[in-house]
Amino acid sequence: MGNVARIGERVRRTEDRRFLTGAGRYVDDLQLARCTYAYFLRSPHAHARIRSIDTSKAAAAPGVVAVFTGKDVADAKVGGLICGWVVKDKHGEPHKAPGHPAIALDTVRYVGDTVAMVIADTAAQARDAAEQIEVDYEVLPAVIDPAAAVAASAVQVHADVPGNLSYDWELGDKAAVDAAFARAAHITKLDLVNNRLVPNAMEPRAAAAEYDRGTGTYTLYTTSQNPHVTRLVLSAFVLGIPEHKLRVVAPDVGGGFGSKIFIYADETLVLWAAGKTGRAIKWTAERSESFMTDAHGRDHVTHAELALDKDGKFLALKVDTIANMGAYLSTFATAVPTYLYGTLLAGQYTTPAIHCNVRAVFTHTAPVDAYRGAGRPEATYLLETIVSKAAREMNIDPAELRKRNFIAAGAFPYQTPVALTYDSGNYTPILDQAMKLADYAGASERKAAAKAKGKLRGIGISSYIEACGLAPSAVVGSLGAGVGQWESAQLRFNPTGNLQILTGSHSHGQSHETTFAQIVSDKLGIPLDQIEVVHGDTAQVPFGMGSYGSRSLAVGGSAIMKAADKIIAKGKKIAAHLMEAAEADIVFENGAFKVTGTDKNVPLGQAVFSAYVPHNYPLDKLEPGMDENAFYDPSNFTYPSGTQICEVEVDPDTGGVEIVNFVAVDDFGNVVNPMIVEGQVHGGIAQGVGQALLEYTVYDKESGQLLSGSYMDYTMPRADNLPSFNLGYQVTPCPHNPLGVKGCGEAGAIAAPAAVMNAVRDALAQVGAQDRIEMPATPQRVWQAIHAH
Amino acid sequence: MYDFAYHKPKSMADALAALKKAADGKLLAGGMTLIPTLKQRLAQPSDVIDLAAIGELRGIKVDGNGVTVGAMTKHAEVAASADVAKAIPALAKLAANIGDGQVRNRGTIGGSLANSDPAADYPAAVLGLGATITTNERTIAADDFFKGLFETALKEGEIITSVTFPKPAKAAYMKFPNPASRYAMVGVFVAQTSSGPRVAVTGAGPCAFRVKAMEDALAKNWSADAVAGIKVPANGLNGDIHGSPEYRAHLVTVMAKRAVAAAG
Repeated sequence: MGNVARIGERVRRTEDRRFLTGAGRYVDDLQLARCTYAYFLRSPHAHARIRSIDTSKAAAAPGVVAVFTGKDVADAKVGGLICGWVVKDKHGEPHKAPGHPAIALDTVRYVGDTVAMVIADTAAQARDAAEQIEVDYEVLPAVIDPAAAVAASAVQVHADVPGNLSYDWELGDKAAVDAAFARAAHITKLDLVNNRLVPNAMEPRAAAAEYDRGTGTYTLYTTSQNPHVTRLVLSAFVLGIPEHKLRVVAPDVGGGFGSKIFIYADETLVLWAAGKTGRAIKWTAERSESFMTDAHGRDHVTHAELALDKDGKFLALKVDTIANMGAYLSTFATAVPTYLYGTLLAGQYTTPAIHCNVRAVFTHTAPVDAYRGAGRPEATYLLETIVSKAAREMNIDPAELRKRNFIAAGAFPYQTPVALTYDSGNYTPILDQAMKLADYAGASERKAAAKAKGKLRGIGISSYIEACGLAPSAVVGSLGAGVGQWESAQLRFNPTGNLQILTGSHSHGQSHETTFAQIVSDKLGIPLDQIEVVHGDTAQVPFGMGSYGSRSLAVGGSAIMKAADKIIAKGKKIAAHLMEAAEADIVFENGAFKVTGTDKNVPLGQAVFSAYVPHNYPLDKLEPGMDENAFYDPSNFTYPSGTQICEVEVDPDTGGVEIVNFVAVDDFGNVVNPMIVEGQVHGGIAQGVGQALLEYTVYDKESGQLLSGSYMDYTMPRADNLPSFNLGYQVTPCPHNPLGVKGCGEAGAIAAPAAVMNAVRDALAQVGAQDRIEMPATPQRVWQAIHAH
Repeated sequence: MYDFAYHKPKSMADALAALKKAADGKLLAGGMTLIPTLKQRLAQPSDVIDLAAIGELRGIKVDGNGVTVGAMTKHAEVAASADVAKAIPALAKLAANIGDGQVRNRGTIGGSLANSDPAADYPAAVLGLGATITTNERTIAADDFFKGLFETALKEGEIITSVTFPKPAKAAYMKFPNPASRYAMVGVFVAQTSSGPRVAVTGAGPCAFRVKAMEDALAKNWSADAVAGIKVPANGLNGDIHGSPEYRAHLVTVMAKRAVAAAG
């Protein structure tokens, strides 16, 4: 037997052997009996009316089992795809959510919109047949740019959504903000674009479904971050399959970053058609389909103003944002630029008055939804950019300006003017540590040295806060969420003493199998190799809300701790019986129940065995078995915070930006496995750097074609784009969950864009180009900024 | 991809016969362009004739005059050749920086040249060194080979067999990669050859081209400063989301300067 693992140890990932040796089992690896394959015909136009579709040749093509169009789906009374979070606008009206049929009925609204589904014996036959479908399109003008979509003359995406406006939402006290601006000594103004991103999970979306006509049961294997939520939505809203007759399995999943939270047309149709045809069906997206149809991230256009007094104290912030929803509302799209964005605009600062207005608009582009950080990167990029700009304008060091405005360590819990109550934090030591690690004091010397060799060096700070550990159910319910956001856990011991942790969280790269086993190993004193983490199958796990919003450990881990407490409580009763002692005298230490003040003990394994073979057992008072479950609903969000400092060197001849140093100091509360946390931070920073410097999603403004639709044109971050990261930690434990943890999955991506761009702007300030650059700061754009006159 | 008839001839004669017989035959060298094109169903050839089994198309020969590289020689083989590195180090270095490891172990010089992708690296070396391209029918001077976007002097039924690079006094290649694809957005190959300086540009235009003004300046004064003030016209250069014609024109000068400096 292996060792007991302790919280805080750098335990190697137990899932690595499987993944590194190719033994993982992904959806596309599954071999279903008599399987057929689906191919989706997609719209080549951003906006067109479908005059007619002729599928007769396709239906007669070799190997074809079925061809379905929008009419077939509508005739079968398949429900439209839903948005699960109803945001109320500033007048109290619910957002406008136009119909979203799984297959377009008479109008296509983005390049990639589904037009028909072909099912055939082989994937190639399905594709061959799809090419025989004749669609007569009347191509219509498209609106692509979110700022253009709100113009009075803009093309309408949906006839029943005037002005392309899903909602016009606000948060904060506008009168207080206006009053503060009236007495400001300095006002910093900022226009900012937060660029659209394509998620690019390593594994494309996939679905495989089968229908058992004997039992009337459906099974959907799919690339989901939250299989129970997928089941709930498909059952209750879209397909009407009773929940108990639908099993959703998300086996090994290769990355999600938010894009696999949502319920898409493709997976829905595969499941529906499996019932309709009585054949198993499999579909795996090609990479170009992922580019076109995965829900994209970000895409904001914002004007903001920060009011400061003469000493640089923030008086008020006002923000006016247009958020692109794409052509339809994706599953959680509405919450991202509102409750995950506006509520974060206090950042780490005492800004007393904040007002945020958000207009969510439709365009003829792929739907936009949560992507790693979801709203919080947008808030952080905006806030940290305007703070650094204010520092430059007022000639105050940007670190010093931040410190003057930080919420003091003694001020927690802290009520912000934008609804959240921060539970804990201590920001100044984080910034101090980051400045030390980055040798902030030496930055100006390095800048001068770089200038001497013709390079522009700059340093940038980003101090972020995030609200994660989603979420207190009553709070999100009051804000329009259609679900609760608790998590479940079950600890199921076997008679031989090993156990399974069943969790409603889902691991698609986060290392739950190690981390969750580690916390139970530590708590119950059971060797790591005696613990199996089971997740991703609605037929095994009682229920779950899945993984997103850095919630897995803070919420899912807390549920596991609660279940472990129940195990200990039950074990105490058994041990008291076995040792003929009073239950009150039993303590649990190092994996054994002991009678206080004696050397008598019962190892947990013995208590478990007794529970399953209850020959000497208090059956009159206690049920046999050792199997406990728990549900945990957090009392607040968690609030990880930190500071990143990035240093760049710009080559003014080419516009190339090199990151020469990158420091991140984070407060994630207690850390279970530092190695895994560092991996999360590294990956998050890589994605943030990608957004800042590389990832450029471009739709042609006229035709709506996705110009950056492959890796030939969409720049993913690679190892040589990144430096070795220099990481540090501060710990203020979360006061309201049993592990004292806050979550680490999104922090890197939340903070990095501002750190990188503040560094780029600091570098460009040497040639007066600091206000001429937007993300991504590609070489061409940096060169143009330098040379624009 | 669509179905096609696959052939793997062992000799040039068999390859040519297969090509002649095919209704719409395509030659497969390393497949770095053709295979993705087929997979995306952007081409539907009747026959694909794989040249990989023709031994005479592979190998590197170096003598006092220069380097001859067989058409089916892989980039990685050129990059790893000690003889090439000794004779024309700039050529070995260029090969070592084409694409990524997988591309270098599949892609071939003949395939690269016959395809004449505007952003390929090899055309810069071929033009910059004044190489000679040998086919089954004739030899073609580099200056006569590149005709336009994916267009060369090759005729129907003509197959490149080897490329001969004369040994320059000095040479260097500098590329500014496209951030996404890592193809050359602009690559400049400079060489001091027996017939004078040559400056060849890839990535910027529809196909590789020479910059005579830079060559004349370098003939008078071989130094980075000599080319620093010379701009190529942006008109006619490639433009895309990564680089406008103006940006590319600017990068030609920057890369030329750096290449001259690197050549020493």
